[in-house]
Amino acid sequence: MQRETLFWLGLMLVGGVLLGGRAILVGNGRQYVERVTTTADVAATEGAAAQAVELTDYVNIPARERDAPGVRVSFARTVGIWVAAFCTLGIMSFLLGETPPYKLVESVFVGVSAAYWMVVGFWSEIVQNLLSHLVPGLMRATLLPGLSEKTVPNYWYVVPLVLSVMMLWRLAPKGAWIARWPLAFFIGATAGIRLVSYLEADFVQQISSTILPLVVFGADGSFDVWASIKNTLIVSGVLLGLVYFFFSVPHKGVVGGLAKGGVWLLMITFGASFGYTVMGRIALLADRLEFLFDDWLWLIDPTLQRAGM
Amino acid sequence: MYDFLKSLDRRWIFLLMLLAVAIPILGGWRFPERPSPLVETVFDTIEDLPAGSRVWMAYDYDPASQGELHPMGMAFARHCALKRHKMYFMTLWPQGTVMVQSCLDMLKTEFPDLVYGEDYVNLGFRPGSEGPIKIIVTDLRKSVSSDINGVSLDEIPMTRDLKNVQGVDLIINVSSGTPGTKEWVLYASTPFHITTVAGCTGVQTPYLYPYVPDQLLGMLGAIKGGAEYEFLLLDAYPQLRDNPDAKEALRRMGPQLFGHLLLIALIVMGNVIYFMQRQRGEV
Amino acid sequence: MKRTVPLMIAATTGFVLIVSYFIPYTESWGEDAMTWFNILAAIAFILGGGNLLRMQLQKISDRRPGWGYAAVTLAAFVITLFFGLFKIGVQPTAAFPTNAWAAPYDREGSALWWCVEYLYRPLASTMFALLAFYIASAAFRAFRAKNTEATILLVTAFIVLLGRTYIAGIVREWLPEGLQSLSFDNMTNYIMSVFNLAGMRAITIGIALGVASTSLKVLLGVDRSYLGAGDE
Repeated sequence: MQRETLFWLGLMLVGGVLLGGRAILVGNGRQYVERVTTTADVAATEGAAAQAVELTDYVNIPARERDAPGVRVSFARTVGIWVAAFCTLGIMSFLLGETPPYKLVESVFVGVSAAYWMVVGFWSEIVQNLLSHLVPGLMRATLLPGLSEKTVPNYWYVVPLVLSVMMLWRLAPKGAWIARWPLAFFIGATAGIRLVSYLEADFVQQISSTILPLVVFGADGSFDVWASIKNTLIVSGVLLGLVYFFFSVPHKGVVGGLAKGGVWLLMITFGASFGYTVMGRIALLADRLEFLFDDWLWLIDPTLQRAGM
Repeated sequence: MYDFLKSLDRRWIFLLMLLAVAIPILGGWRFPERPSPLVETVFDTIEDLPAGSRVWMAYDYDPASQGELHPMGMAFARHCALKRHKMYFMTLWPQGTVMVQSCLDMLKTEFPDLVYGEDYVNLGFRPGSEGPIKIIVTDLRKSVSSDINGVSLDEIPMTRDLKNVQGVDLIINVSSGTPGTKEWVLYASTPFHITTVAGCTGVQTPYLYPYVPDQLLGMLGAIKGGAEYEFLLLDAYPQLRDNPDAKEALRRMGPQLFGHLLLIALIVMGNVIYFMQRQRGEV
Repeated sequence: MKRTVPLMIAATTGFVLIVSYFIPYTESWGEDAMTWFNILAAIAFILGGGNLLRMQLQKISDRRPGWGYAAVTLAAFVITLFFGLFKIGVQPTAAFPTNAWAAPYDREGSALWWCVEYLYRPLASTMFALLAFYIASAAFRAFRAKNTEATILLVTAFIVLLGRTYIAGIVREWLPEGLQSLSFDNMTNYIMSVFNLAGMRAITIGIALGVASTSLKVLLGVDRSYLGAGDE
């Protein structure tokens, strides 16, 4: 066995023993819940009298209240915390290379997310906005009891239904061209809404926002040096940037000089973007480490979940 | 030393980054904040709205960016709840429903006097990227017929009279990409002049500056923006000071500081090595 | 039939949406088109899932390298789909206490909720968090002041990185009253609201023109790349 493999194996073994010991002694990584029962009234309908139905929910309870009556460890949610910790460490193991734990959790991620997208697409749009318009009576009686009584069948919705079937035809071994029709609708609609909106918000409005006074006077009539410099820099900056993007004229002579200024301005912009990107990534890492140290290992307690324990 | 740094194994850098972020978390190090003008504008916009105003909470982010955006989402919801604004939650991200539900759970626990359907409502997820925005700005019911529990909008007190998003007083968008703030600016705030503020990821922040202030009144940029907002909220509402959940972004600024310092040190070190290599004619 | 009809569909849909923006009478036409658009977007999710299923099954049946992981993906996909479509473990809500089908598909406590909370959530957020490590490594290896442009970028990043932390406040306190505007946080604010704004605005205007011209090309049938190359 290679030295490196032995090292990692040993490290995992020690880590496992320490974790197991800590879980037994301290009880970390547990989720406590309380069973909450509420009563809901069901109105009388044809052939059925009004009745009261008992509803049960399990709500998370902080560990500090674990001795309170009715509070118990939730097996499913406790396993969940350990699975989540494994997933977090599995993804992090990518830092050491494409390890088997990484490949395993990555495969799970792909499967779960694709299925989740299908589920939300089905329930939130196909049921709620397609079937509810095609067969409102059936939907009201089954999946959507709250569907407004005003909703009546609208057969225009046969068009998106047909387009949907045509789109799914892509999965069939033959006749993939059939999917071009719904695709064309999709592309046409995107082009239609973006053409107007981009011109309005990102072209006309941006030019309008750049038309600024280069000499600014304050409310008392005095010359505002900083505001004047700021406005001048913004106006000239936008113009320099646009000159750089104007490739129809060779970037030589005066144009070349201006384009150079544009490049420098863009470098400042990209430098700022880099700084902000770093900020974002570190925040995400801090969030994951907090999960490991707090929810799983109980090493820290920033939200006082275990205060007094 | 020079030879060691020149051919430094990247796993050492990974370890340094891990320590730079982990140690402040374990030590619980926190630092005071100084709000920037953009964040103050967002805070004042929500604060100055008359109590009971209608606020559209467009939470377009998912767990992948929760570390950066969820503190903002929670802070916005807390602020609106304290001001007794009416909150309409909706997301354009499939997994955004989880984040919205988390905010609703917080409202239920911290503001038990608020009533679902009268003070806040969850309209769930809508697919189609910018498509739903384009519809709901003119006709809400064409895209959203019921809330997340399947109750018709005509039966919910706070949605009964709401024809479209033009009827709200403010749009608050928390965004981690597309669809997000840009789409709300393009299809709602610019054409219909609806006041909009946003909280967004660090990656998006620089791209959204051109919209401020004409199309986007103000914004919180990255976790720092969230921390500054929490600072303002705690300052204005002392009752929140004992609530550790209301300080999530403030807490994250500890690891942030050390992470940034490490990055700067790495950049400086990398350049020192580069110039030494140049001097020795190695590059 | 295979190429002309799609071109007509794209042009008609696009122009209807443009017209509906300018003529109030036709506003509802645009809304209807967008409603259909959203339904097709949901169908695209199903198409994506179907494609994934097909690819993984092919990989397993061909016993291609890594087919075991394909089996894991397939199992995760099928199980999650079953949980979600059949609302396994979803309890009824107070709104409809006798009908669990009316409750949200990812209601707390349900099987799908468990998958999202304890699988999707940690996996997605850790994937993005990993980038913090790679950004650090890249900063050490590639972020060199090789020329003027790279130096400007580097100095700006340096100021912004410091300006958005507590260090900026400490430096500001050291600075005399007249030089407060040179503190890292104030400089970051100027960089963002002046230079970054100007640069990004130029980029935004450029992109807007690009989007408008591409859209027009699609609607007029000049750009047909979305139809693919072959007849099938």
